[in-house]
Amino acid sequence: MTKEHANWSPYDNNGGTCVAIAGAEYCVVAADTRMSSGYNILTRDYSKIAQLADKCSMASSGFQADVRALQKHLEARHLIYQHQHNKQMSTPAMAQLLSNTLYYKRFFPYYAFNVLGGLDSQGKGCVFTYDAVGSYERVGYSSQGSGSTLIMPFLDNQLKSPSPLLLPAKDAVTPLSESEAIDLVKTCFASATERDIYTGDKLEIVILNAEGIRREYMELRKD
Amino acid sequence: MFRNQYDTDVTTWSPAGRLFQVEYAMEAVKQGSAAIGLRSKTHVVLASVNKANSELSSHQKKIFKVDDHIGVAIAGLTADGRVLSRYMRSECINYSYSYESKLPVGRLVVQLADKAQVCTQRSWKRPYGVGLLVGGLDESGAHLYYNCPSGNYFEYQAFAIGSRSQAAKTYMERKFETFAESSRENLIKDALFALRETLQGEKLTSTICTVAVVGIGEAFHILDKETVQALINEFEIAGEEAPANEAAPEDQGGDAQPGGDVQPGAADQGPADEGVAPMDI
Repeated sequence: MTKEHANWSPYDNNGGTCVAIAGAEYCVVAADTRMSSGYNILTRDYSKIAQLADKCSMASSGFQADVRALQKHLEARHLIYQHQHNKQMSTPAMAQLLSNTLYYKRFFPYYAFNVLGGLDSQGKGCVFTYDAVGSYERVGYSSQGSGSTLIMPFLDNQLKSPSPLLLPAKDAVTPLSESEAIDLVKTCFASATERDIYTGDKLEIVILNAEGIRREYMELRKD
Repeated sequence: MFRNQYDTDVTTWSPAGRLFQVEYAMEAVKQGSAAIGLRSKTHVVLASVNKANSELSSHQKKIFKVDDHIGVAIAGLTADGRVLSRYMRSECINYSYSYESKLPVGRLVVQLADKAQVCTQRSWKRPYGVGLLVGGLDESGAHLYYNCPSGNYFEYQAFAIGSRSQAAKTYMERKFETFAESSRENLIKDALFALRETLQGEKLTSTICTVAVVGIGEAFHILDKETVQALINEFEIAGEEAPANEAAPEDQGGDAQPGGDVQPGAADQGPADEGVAPMDI
């Protein structure tokens, strides 16, 4: 009477956590570099962040094989766009493309939990957060992955604007400065590393601003 | 060439063993405005004459970026050229996707040639009416190829196609032995000189030509009008002197000269013959 289940799954969860925060003139995209399977660590030094365009980065946790395939697909689509339009894709355009790409595989999804971060065409930071099948929303900050349940409430506490009923509607960007945002990200990961076994080893932070793109790293607990 | 009873479709041979439709397609290339290419060991330069139909219209695009390491200049039916460029871009993207490395130029031109050949052997198709000068860099060095509507392709040190291309070829025939060791700036200047030859006395300005470069450490890109005009002004002020060999003065162009490792160049022919039936080469 009970349904027979498959003894093999096409998916695996390689764990990890991603965070992105949008600022007035910058965007921070961060992820840990631990790749796991079950209770094992596969490597301590795997980047989950892909640079899709000059001013657009995507961090993805979940099944890294699917993540890599998704990154390659988007990179190829971006090349086509550049040939046709003679310019880079804007972050909102890439956000829509990612959503469409994910939904295309609605019935055999990419097991990827993504946050897209970048600068919009006005140079303001923007972050888009996704589920595995492409539902997305522009937000001021977001986290995905195994540590997101620990990090998201903390970001809400630090960054969420007060009730819109009391104040006029605010932009979806944080008033924090770039260095404050980076410190906040480091704090988030240090905390998540304590309690989430799948998060740790090293933190990779990508910072996008008017000058370009730069990377910072921070060691995390390795246990 | 004159009309005859064997030239109606591409799948009919003439008694002399020629496919006239293919030869007519190559005629279309000769009628297009000129495009030239030349290469050194480290760089490839493509240049084309871009004349607009009228003062009101924009110029026809004749040089296309195919990938960071490959570009193409076309002459003939530019619509066919656009379609083939799109194919080439797609092939490069797919190769990069599968192999995470750049498509070697030699492979791309073979695929292009095979695609052109198909159109010479299907009764419901016609040959592409465009000649392509494919310039690119890969692990084996800098390459310049010419792809014909016939499905043939050749590698060149320098070549020119389109109307009055013979004038450019004559200029390059005199100088091609210096190209291999040429600096980037001199290569571009030679390209501009060769292009000027095709204009038969008309003044060369950056509004009627397009120049593109690819080299070691330098992705394929089209030079902007100001840079091209500056280079043209330089040699016109200098009194129509063709640039000398490597002993020439340091670069005066706006772009820095990238230092690159010298790659061994492949053995190559000079410009093609034009007397024989083209497919027979």
